[in-house]
Amino acid sequence: MSEQRTGAQIMCEALIREGVEVMFGIPGGAIMPFYHAMWEYKDQLHHVLVRHEQGGGHAAEGYARSTGRLGVCIGTSGPGATNLVTAISDAMMDSTPLLAITGQVYSSLLGKDAFQETDIVGITMPVTKHNYLVKDVNEIAYVLKEAIYLATTGRPGPVLVDITKDAMQARTIPNWDTKLKLPGYKPNYQGNQRQIRDAVNLLMSAEKPLIMAGNGVIMGNATGELLAFAERTGIPVITTLHGIGAIPEDHPLAIGMPGMHGWVHVNRAIQDCDVLLNIGSRFDDRVTGKVSTFAPKAKVIHVDIDPSEIGKNVKVTIPIVGDARQVLTAMAGELASRADLGNLQGKASDWMEHIREMQHKHQPKQQYHSRPKTKELMPHDVYAGLSAALNARGKYRLVSDVGQHQMWAAQLIDYRHGPRTHITSGGAGTMGFAVPAALGVAMAHPDETVWAVCGDGGFQMMNQEMITFIQEGVKNVKVVIINNGYLGMVRQWQELFEGRRYSGTPMVSPDFVKLAEAYGWKGLRVDHVNDVAGAIEEAYATDGPVLIEFRVEQEVNVFPMVPQGVSIGETITDIPKA
Amino acid sequence: MNKHTIVALMQDKPGALNRTVSLFRRRGFNIESLSVGHTETEGVSRMTMVVESADVEQVVKQLYRLIEVLKVSDVTADPTVEREMVVVKIHAPSEKRAEIVALSEVFGAKIVDVGASTMILEMTGAPSKVENFVDVIRPFGVKEMMRTGRIAMVRGARGHGAQAYENAENGHVAEPSAALN
Repeated sequence: MSEQRTGAQIMCEALIREGVEVMFGIPGGAIMPFYHAMWEYKDQLHHVLVRHEQGGGHAAEGYARSTGRLGVCIGTSGPGATNLVTAISDAMMDSTPLLAITGQVYSSLLGKDAFQETDIVGITMPVTKHNYLVKDVNEIAYVLKEAIYLATTGRPGPVLVDITKDAMQARTIPNWDTKLKLPGYKPNYQGNQRQIRDAVNLLMSAEKPLIMAGNGVIMGNATGELLAFAERTGIPVITTLHGIGAIPEDHPLAIGMPGMHGWVHVNRAIQDCDVLLNIGSRFDDRVTGKVSTFAPKAKVIHVDIDPSEIGKNVKVTIPIVGDARQVLTAMAGELASRADLGNLQGKASDWMEHIREMQHKHQPKQQYHSRPKTKELMPHDVYAGLSAALNARGKYRLVSDVGQHQMWAAQLIDYRHGPRTHITSGGAGTMGFAVPAALGVAMAHPDETVWAVCGDGGFQMMNQEMITFIQEGVKNVKVVIINNGYLGMVRQWQELFEGRRYSGTPMVSPDFVKLAEAYGWKGLRVDHVNDVAGAIEEAYATDGPVLIEFRVEQEVNVFPMVPQGVSIGETITDIPKA
Repeated sequence: MNKHTIVALMQDKPGALNRTVSLFRRRGFNIESLSVGHTETEGVSRMTMVVESADVEQVVKQLYRLIEVLKVSDVTADPTVEREMVVVKIHAPSEKRAEIVALSEVFGAKIVDVGASTMILEMTGAPSKVENFVDVIRPFGVKEMMRTGRIAMVRGARGHGAQAYENAENGHVAEPSAALN
């Protein structure tokens, strides 16, 4: 029989019971009772003081995406809560298990426009899996249990719990044993056995089968099952931006990324394939291009834990609602009884050969500009150096921000070390994501080196979190800035589609090396190709956070590129002749 | 764009209606009418929606994503009893009253208020019948009119009883998502 506890103490105990160890947040008026209670639970529940709630949200996302466990972020009411919205929305788009806890004004003041009152439940309704306003101390234990259950099961996502200050201050005897009552929530993990059999039959009859692996494979911890299934059948595997890491990129069946900045041979393979097995990817417009022209010859098998994703964008022949690992296991089980497996392997092998021929024809990956170089350093030089150095040293995690550097990080680095090693903001495309997300990743994996790659634009959106690394004593992080003096991806679009009207994209930046030093980081600057490897070596040799600014050729474009709203069969591989 | 009648059962919790309407706005589904009320089971509300959508399956699936939603059906093709109600205040000088009373009888409408120059009529019926009644009554001069959203119930034994959800617990136990490290 436990004794009376304040609501805030119950919050701490509820989180500890659910296995939460780290939280990222900033205190304030309405959330103060929670911080008051936190003091007693310091040893089990570590609070990281971030410099902006959005940074806390992204840090929690980095923690969650790199571990598969729940990330927790905290803000006070009003602006503290609204600052979390961007990160919550990012987590929603990328199905990240996130718990956002916000303080709320006294329940007697609700609706009175009290100081720092914001209807955060109303604001976050469209960008959360679910959210709660808790006004009664007796609901806290149950709601947190339910919130965490929702955030981490089925298709994961962000859940926000807004708790009034009086509920945190009131006392009650918590009841920890209330069973969850969620009659409207029953995620299906199994997959329908008949549809699974039909799917295998369809694959068996295919001449040109393809597997597209998305975030569902990573989050469903299904990379082993995916590899086994691909190797048994010989079917080539495409990985979406969030599917990177689902199969080692040096594996003979891995062919790369599809879509807007995907490889020509991958997009052509999609356009040519006759059966497309999509596992845990949602056919985002950046993958499909003009959706009516996507995979025109293909019968589509779509495996997703969220039924609403199936048939949302692309017409599906065989829908399978289920968890990637369970469905792949069941599909592999179906294979066991097939006498014609050898036949499929033969067809897949011919098809693979054809894809590799296309790849050979359409790579090397990008033509450099023909105009004279001014800086002697191409972004590609940086990525070549990074890919070589990182892979030479074994396991690493790479977090990228949003923009050109992000696409290069997806294209030009070979990820060979399994799932959760490439972490980026995909669906929402949130600039500023990388530095704080790297904090969460680095704290979750203290024995690994975490690289964050940013552009000069995105870096400046969240670089205040650099000091959080110092305060927390987190040393295993290296930040790379690909500085091209522009908001590069927008400039690229302006160059290609807007008559080179560089409106609002040229950007002056501070002295990043001095900035790094001001934050207590080591700062390095590289503007020549010959110094790339040395700088990366020095970053590794430094016991502490390092920032390397690479000053690259300014007007380089990410190619290949499929313009927005165009078929993925139509790729630009260089600047069209004016 | 086809019109669909959708019936949904949902937990009667604060914000459930807000979530539903917000979802429709966000996903670009057009709501033509919506009515919500209690069911035979405490804690469960029933919603009837008339929606214009080319892809009603997606509407149903999106509704299912809401945690409070228990059951959703597109009953457009089912045999249903559908009802709407209209309350209308019309211009009714004494010389027109007899005609209005006669018309009301034909349609099974009730006269609920008679004033010096106005009458209030109340009529419940199938949507098409209500529509018809309004057309007939309009020439008298409508001063005020209000109509409820449509409610629908499937005929026969099949249907949308909410008793099953009265004490339903979440029977599903998820696997803990063990991280691969």
